[in-house]
Amino acid sequence: MIAYQLSIFAENKPGRLAKVTRILKKGKINIRAMTISTSDAFGVINALVENPESARALLEKEGLTVSLKEVIAVVIEDKPGGLDGLIQLLFEQGINIENAYGFVLESRKKAVFVVDVDQLDQTQKILKNAGFETLDTKALSAIEPFHYMNY
Amino acid sequence: MYWEEAIETMPREKLEALQLERLKKSVEKASGSIFYGDLFKKIGLDPKGITSLEDIRKIPFTTKDDLREHWPYGFLAVPKDDLVRMHSSSGTTGRATVIFHTQSDIDEWTNIVARSMYMTGMRRSDVFQNMMTYGLFTGGLGFHYGAEKVGALIIPAGSGNSKRQIQLMQDFGTTTIHIIPSYALHLTSVFEEVGVDPRRDTQLTRAFLGAEPHSEKTRKKIEEFYGVKAYNSYGLSEMDGPGVAFECPHQNGMHLWEDNFILEIINPDTMEPVAEGEEGEMVLTTLLREGMPILRYRTKDLTRVIPGPCECGRVHRRIERIKGRTDDMLILKGVNIFPIQIEKKLMDIPGVGTNFLIILEREGFNDLMIVRVEVGREFFSGDLKQLEALRRRIVEELKSDILITPKVELVEPGALPKSEGKAVRVVDNRED
Ligand SMILES: [Zn+2]
Repeated sequence: MIAYQLSIFAENKPGRLAKVTRILKKGKINIRAMTISTSDAFGVINALVENPESARALLEKEGLTVSLKEVIAVVIEDKPGGLDGLIQLLFEQGINIENAYGFVLESRKKAVFVVDVDQLDQTQKILKNAGFETLDTKALSAIEPFHYMNY
Repeated sequence: MYWEEAIETMPREKLEALQLERLKKSVEKASGSIFYGDLFKKIGLDPKGITSLEDIRKIPFTTKDDLREHWPYGFLAVPKDDLVRMHSSSGTTGRATVIFHTQSDIDEWTNIVARSMYMTGMRRSDVFQNMMTYGLFTGGLGFHYGAEKVGALIIPAGSGNSKRQIQLMQDFGTTTIHIIPSYALHLTSVFEEVGVDPRRDTQLTRAFLGAEPHSEKTRKKIEEFYGVKAYNSYGLSEMDGPGVAFECPHQNGMHLWEDNFILEIINPDTMEPVAEGEEGEMVLTTLLREGMPILRYRTKDLTRVIPGPCECGRVHRRIERIKGRTDDMLILKGVNIFPIQIEKKLMDIPGVGTNFLIILEREGFNDLMIVRVEVGREFFSGDLKQLEALRRRIVEELKSDILITPKVELVEPGALPKSEGKAVRVVDNRED
């Protein structure tokens, strides 16, 4: 299943992230996870949110440059080696991860690892065959996270 | 002390008579070119109708655009076989300005460069390190030939490779350097890095500063650090190159060689001449050029004539150091850059948005160009790698065109001030 992640272009200067979270708060949009990748003078804010379509509309209305990106949200076990199983599999199958981050669903039980890959279809197939559960945007919105973590 | 005493010190009336005689010939020669031939026909100007120096005002101005539009041969006044060399101005998009020279043109140019150097005291016994780019740029070869004519030993070092430059100075006892002022400032840190004190460890006595306007303060800094007397040099490829005007030992303005050029200063708004001593745009006419005579060329450089005679006894009038430009041309590390070049390049790159801004900064002694570019909204796919690739492409494309490596920063669409009418796309934060 495919999930959608918001990617927001942001100059590397104070207040950019604050603007994004303020707009999402005003729109009552819940943020599941967020990462920021930067390159010298600019960067990209990636956010996994409930209702990404309306979040995008709100952000664009405020002049931000936003893109919806297809990502895969994989459910893993929240225990030592839980992530390793997934990563080893992707490595063996030659899948290159562009960006990734995760958050815990249920402490010591379940976590979600979000991967942004080039070969989306192939990766989904590999995960399915290996018995991994993936979540779409709707499923992600339905879950109650405990806290976020970044890799 | 004079290279050509008779010409350098001739009474003003005699100099003006010489100018008129040469102007008549130059206009006559120019009429043989497609550009001036057509122009004179169109406005009904007979070269024989030039009978006084004031009559020069009957001739319309020539601009850089004219040179570009009639590229490459529209200004040629001799058969192509008579040409022996071409030069081209640095950093121009597409059609660069090209100037062709006959052997006589090269000889006359060499002569005024030699005259300029000799004026500062350079002699056969000197060792001259030419730290300018050799090639299409006039600064390298122009000075090279002039120094050879003076009879100095030339080290044709070319530009860059700072440590080798310092080594050459020490190994061969360089007394005179020709250098871009910003590079001279930059080089001070390399001297410090290698632990060489130019005042103690070299035999430098003189520096020619050219290809870039600079301030009195910069000159002082260079003189102080290197233990030299630094002379300001003015030239432009359209008028041969360096050697058009040069400082004498009194270092108070640059003598413009009026036996080679007619000097006018005009008000760039009214196109009328300004009163002697007032600031305006410099307009120059070649008097001795055969291959490509250029009449009343608008240099776009702002300066003024320093009134009164110079203590050195030369009658050729002095111009003040260049104050600025009447167009938006930028000079960075000796390279001429027009913002329009950058605009053209940027707009051809997919992913670039509507606005950009050029910021010039001075970091230590280095001039730096920062280009802030808005990203196109549609281009953004949420991928940092894609943005980084765009940034690198912009750097490469600009570098190949303007010959300078800019620092490129991508900004959000709409982040830069919108341009209304004539866009203000340049912020110059460089201070002396
Ligand atoms: Zn003088």
